[in-house]
Amino acid sequence: MTQANYLLKGLILPDGSKSDIEIRDGKISALSTSLAKVEGVIEVDLSGSVALPGLVDLHTHLREPGKEDAETVLSGSMAAAKGGFVAVSAMANTSPVADTAGVVEQVYALGQSAGFVDVFPIGAVTRGLLGENLSEIGAMADSRARVRIFSDDGNCVFDPLVMRRALEYVKKFDGVIAQHAQEPRLTIGAQMNEGEISSRLGLKGWPAVAEEAIIARDILIADHVKSRLHICHLTTAGGVEIIRWAKARGMDVTAEVTPHHLLLTDESALSYDPIYKVNPPLRTQRDVEALREGLADGTIDIVATDHAPHPAEAKECEWQEAAFGMLGLESALAIVNQTMVATGLMSWEAVADRMSYTPARIGRYSDHGQPIAVGNVANISVINPTQSVRVDRDRVASRSRNTPFHGMDLQGVVTATFFRGQPTFLNGKLSPQGGQ
Amino acid sequence: MKHLLSINDLSKVEAISILDTAQEMARVSDGPMKKLPTLRGRTIVNLFAEDSTRTRISFEAAAKRLSADVINFSAKGSSISKGESLKDTAMTLQAMGADAVIIRHSASGAAQRLADSRWMSGAVINAGDGTHEHPSQALLDAFTIRKHLSKGADDLAGLRVAIVGDVLHSRVARSNVLLLSKLGAQVILVAPPTLLPVGVESWPCTISYDLDAVIDGVDVVMMLRIQMERMNELFFPSAREYSRYFGLNSDRIRALKPNAIVMHPGPMNRGLEITADAADGARSVIVEQVANGVSIRMAVLYLLLAGSQEIGATL
Repeated sequence: MTQANYLLKGLILPDGSKSDIEIRDGKISALSTSLAKVEGVIEVDLSGSVALPGLVDLHTHLREPGKEDAETVLSGSMAAAKGGFVAVSAMANTSPVADTAGVVEQVYALGQSAGFVDVFPIGAVTRGLLGENLSEIGAMADSRARVRIFSDDGNCVFDPLVMRRALEYVKKFDGVIAQHAQEPRLTIGAQMNEGEISSRLGLKGWPAVAEEAIIARDILIADHVKSRLHICHLTTAGGVEIIRWAKARGMDVTAEVTPHHLLLTDESALSYDPIYKVNPPLRTQRDVEALREGLADGTIDIVATDHAPHPAEAKECEWQEAAFGMLGLESALAIVNQTMVATGLMSWEAVADRMSYTPARIGRYSDHGQPIAVGNVANISVINPTQSVRVDRDRVASRSRNTPFHGMDLQGVVTATFFRGQPTFLNGKLSPQGGQ
Repeated sequence: MKHLLSINDLSKVEAISILDTAQEMARVSDGPMKKLPTLRGRTIVNLFAEDSTRTRISFEAAAKRLSADVINFSAKGSSISKGESLKDTAMTLQAMGADAVIIRHSASGAAQRLADSRWMSGAVINAGDGTHEHPSQALLDAFTIRKHLSKGADDLAGLRVAIVGDVLHSRVARSNVLLLSKLGAQVILVAPPTLLPVGVESWPCTISYDLDAVIDGVDVVMMLRIQMERMNELFFPSAREYSRYFGLNSDRIRALKPNAIVMHPGPMNRGLEITADAADGARSVIVEQVANGVSIRMAVLYLLLAGSQEIGATL
C-alpha cells in the first residue's frame, strides 16, 4: 500500500526548538526549519503548534464487548485520535471480562480494524474480576494481544495473597500489575471524597486512607517479591507522599494521575450532579496541588485518562444511583496544558515523558513512546497551546456524553494526530490509518 | 423562594417569617373553620419514594387545609417500585400539571436534582432526602422551641439545644444545626464518635461525647432515632451500652433545668434512645411537634405557592 507523505510546517518541538517535520513511508524522514516541499508531498501548516511524540493512554474503558451503547472500540479509538493519542490500553472490565486470551485477542483485533490507534488490551488479574482466582494471565501474555498490563480496575485486588501471587507471576514475561487502590471495607456504599463536603451533603464518604492503605501495602509486597507495580489513578496528597517515599528507596513502582483529578475538586459535588461522580472520587484543592507537584517532579510517572463512557440514563438520576466515571480522552491534553504547562509547572519535554515515553515503557509497547527524530515511526500529536475552546458534550467523538467539562473553556486544542505517518485527525476530521 | 430544599436556602428573616406564618396557621387550625381557600385549584403531589407515614400525612393535612388538591404518590405499588427513574416520574408529574412536588427520597440530593433539572417546573419541597436534610422538620422544631422558651423573642437567641444520637445518618440533625444556629441558639451535638461525620468540626455547633456532662446545661434535649440496621454496622457495641451512655431516661430527665423540654422527631425506639417515662413525661413536647408540623407545612406551602400576597389578605 502506498501511503501519502506529509510536510508539517512551523512546529515547535518538545525541547522548544522550531522545526518542520517531513514524513515519508510512515517514518520521520527529515527535521529542519524551512524544509522545502517536494513533489507529491502534502503540506500542512501547523504554525505555532507544539509537536509531541504520539500520546499513549494506559487507562481507558472502551466498553466493548458488552456495553456498546456507551462506547465501542471504534468510537473510543476515534475519541482517542481526536485527543492526540496513538495508543490506548483498554481496561478489562468488559462483559465478558477480559480474563481469557479469546477476549483480549478480540479487543486487539477490533482496535486493528478500527485503525485509529493501537488498542492494547489489559488483562484481568483475577477471573471475572472477583479477586479470588488468577485469570489466564500467561495465555493472555502469549496471545496475539501480547498483554503486559494486568488490572482488575473498577475493583481492587484486595486479598494480599492474591496480589502477591499476581505480582510474582507476571515476572515471567516482564508484566506489571496495575492496582485500583481501594480498601473495600472502608468504602462500602461510598459516593464521594470523605470530608467536610460529603458530611454536609449526606453522601457516604470514600476516605483518602482507603486508597493510601492499599498503595502502602502493595508497594511493600511488590518490593518484597521484586516485581513491577503500577498504581492507577492516584488522587490523594498522602498517596503522593507514599510513592515519593518508595521511589526514594529505589522501589519499582509507577503511578498515574488523571486529568480530572488535576483540575476538579469535591466541591463539584455541591450541585449533586453525578456528572462529577467518579471512582476514585474528586478530592480537595490540597490534593489537587499535591498531584500537580507530584506529576511535575516525577513522583507521578504518567497521565492516564480513565476515560469512562456511560449512557445518559446512568447520569440523569440521583447521585447515589448514578454510575462512576467521566469521559477523558478528548480533553486530556488540554487539561494537562492548562494545569501543568501554562502554569509553568512542566515543560513540553516533561509532557512528552508523562504522556508518551513513560506510559509506553510501562506497557512495554515498544513501537510507541519514541522521540521525534529522523528514522522513528511518525507517531505525532500536535497541540495549539494558546487557543481555547469551549467543551461541548454534543460534539464529542465518543458515543457517550458524560464529560464534566461541558461548557468549560479549556486552553489547548489538538490540531493533528499522525499515527504511523498518516493523519487520523487533521483539520477537524477523523480518518482511520491508511484511511478512506 | 421558589423551592425549599435546604435550610441554606433560607435567610434568618425568611425563617422567622415562616415561623410567624405558621403561628397564624395554627390559629386557623384551632378555630372552628379549619380550612382556608388559599390554594384552591392548585395541585400538590406527595412524591414519597421512601416509606414515611407522619411526614406524608402532615403535608397532606397541610395542603388540604389550604384547599389544594393532593395527589399521593408512594413508592409501594407505583411506577417507582417498577424501576421508573426519577426523571420519568418528574416528567409525568409535570405533564399532569403539578404546581408543587413534595418529595421524600432515600437518595441525598434527590430534591435538589428535581429542582435543578428541566424535568419539571413546579415548586419542590424537600420532605427528607437520604442523610442530607429535612428542612420542614427543623422548622417545626424551631417553632416548637420558640413557643415554649423564647419568652416573646422572634428568634432563639441564647438557648442551648443538645441534639443527641445518630448525627451521622440524620437529616433532621443537619437541618436543625443549620436552622437553630441561624436563629441564635447554641447547638451541642452529643454522640459517640462513630456517629459523628468527618469534618463536623466545621459545623456551627459544638461537639460532646458525654451526655451527662451537658444535660444539666441545656434548654432543649432533642433525641435522634437509632435505626435498627445500625446495630450490625459496628457503630456501638450493643443497644444496652448505647442506651446507658446516650439514652434519655428518668435520671437524666431529673438532671434537666426546670424549664427544659424533651423533643424527638419520631418515630421513636422506646427503650433504646428514650425510655417511655421520658417520652411521655411532663417535659416531653413530642406530640405537640406533630401538631406544629401541620402548621409549619401550611406556612411553607402558603409562602411558596401563594406568592407575594400578604398573609392577612387571605386570612
